[in-house]
Amino acid sequence: MSADASTLALERAVREDGPSVLATLIRHLGGDFTLAEDALQDAYAVAVVAWPRDGVPAVPAAWLQTAARRKAIDRLRRSNGLSERVRTLEAIAARDGSALTPSPHDLLVNESSALTDDRLRLIFTCCHPALALPGRVALTVRSLGGLTTAQTARAFLVSEAAVHQRLLRAKQKIAAAGIPYRVPPDELLPERLKGVLGVVYLIFTEGHTASEGQELSRPDLCAEAIRLGRLLARLMPDDAETLGLLALMLLGDARRAARVGPLGESIDLAGQDRTRWDARRIEEGLVALDGAVRLRRPGPYQLQAAIAAVHARAPSVAETPWAEVAALYAELHRREPTPVVAVNLAVAAGFAEHPAAGLALLDRLGEEPTLRRYVPLHAARAEMLRRTGDLRGADIAYARAIECSANDVQRADLSARRSAASSEI
Amino acid sequence: MLYTLLIYGDPSAAPDYESPEGQAEMQHWMSYTQELAESGQMKAGEALHPGQTATTVRVRDGETLHTDGPFAETKEMLGGFYLIDVPDLDAALAWASKMPNIDYGSVEVRPVVSFEQ
Repeated sequence: MSADASTLALERAVREDGPSVLATLIRHLGGDFTLAEDALQDAYAVAVVAWPRDGVPAVPAAWLQTAARRKAIDRLRRSNGLSERVRTLEAIAARDGSALTPSPHDLLVNESSALTDDRLRLIFTCCHPALALPGRVALTVRSLGGLTTAQTARAFLVSEAAVHQRLLRAKQKIAAAGIPYRVPPDELLPERLKGVLGVVYLIFTEGHTASEGQELSRPDLCAEAIRLGRLLARLMPDDAETLGLLALMLLGDARRAARVGPLGESIDLAGQDRTRWDARRIEEGLVALDGAVRLRRPGPYQLQAAIAAVHARAPSVAETPWAEVAALYAELHRREPTPVVAVNLAVAAGFAEHPAAGLALLDRLGEEPTLRRYVPLHAARAEMLRRTGDLRGADIAYARAIECSANDVQRADLSARRSAASSEI
Repeated sequence: MLYTLLIYGDPSAAPDYESPEGQAEMQHWMSYTQELAESGQMKAGEALHPGQTATTVRVRDGETLHTDGPFAETKEMLGGFYLIDVPDLDAALAWASKMPNIDYGSVEVRPVVSFEQ
């Protein structure tokens, strides 16, 4: 076995098996995140030496599980006084057999629902509502996505020390406050699952439209969110909104290449070259959405995915069935009467009927205090004024949108539109 | 695990004790306490007199200082507490969310330090 091949195998195991090994280990250690992470790191260190020498194990996940468990026992022994946990672990380890090779038991466990449950436990614990939101996000990305602290810091444009601090605080609270390591019972499940989906979607939107900085999107975060979405959809195949969220993320991400021009400028739906949309992402998204719809339990993620699906199927903006889009937004607005949805409803109505209809809706929204600095509202007003021929009004609205934006790419794009509109005056 | 449920509220937001709403809330406190006691999870629970009856004590440079009033002057004052023994935080949060004054007050759930390992 060449060192390179075993290094690659270990890198893959860290990325693909690490989170599930960690999830099971935390359960065996009675919910102790920190000890589980340390023991898993120890196991990786052993693998770095052992795999090039002995060969890559047939089932790397089982090997890592066994090695990490032993390392946890060592660590517990060294710290003394935790004899009960040592005994529990030793009982489990006794079943492993003496050599560091996967036992039939581990092979079995790998495919069984126990592993599924462990990963769900990990997700629900990382996204527990008693943790601060940045801590939930960091812990989810770090534990389940398998991103390193450095990668997590880069993805969220914060310092490594800040991520480290968030992780530390979250893990301390899980331990000290007694946050249970479990899938919530039925009465809590709907609410908690909503929270989990919210964290995953937050990771996606942070990647999709970076809220600050120079780049429009951070694809690594999108990919991470989609990976988590696929995992959740596999673990909870009967939840319609879980499938809806996966569909929404896939359909949104499908447009990524077409959203940014050669100079890094953003391109809106109307200007996008639809041949650059990722057909495989769209296909996977549509399949997920179909699966969701078949469960007959509509919700906000499914409605947003359905809107994205209408766009994905339409050959151009002109040939888009805007009345259908407007109807979907109206239903979404009925369930979630947020200003953001209201802006989108107004835009769709402007296309479905007449720009003046959309404009009337937008003007009413503009009076909301929370929306005074909402960039999409001002940008949408500008576009619609331009379409009605009010170029001076459009110029003022563009100026307002630019003033409110904190994203360099978005500002440059708005400035370009403003110049184009004012040249028509 | 042991948790304290620290019950905060703005006294001016509470219904007048004499009013029907005040009487209803009183009933609610009694039934809540009874339910908690019957669950076997209540270790202690007391209501406190208002903040203006409080005396705050400090010793600085060997001198004992007494201040009339609570430690921190805030609108929401500590009005009482329960000490409960439940399996985990979710169970403690469930009791907190059923607190009779939860619609206008707040409950701080604090785990109690265990010195045994």
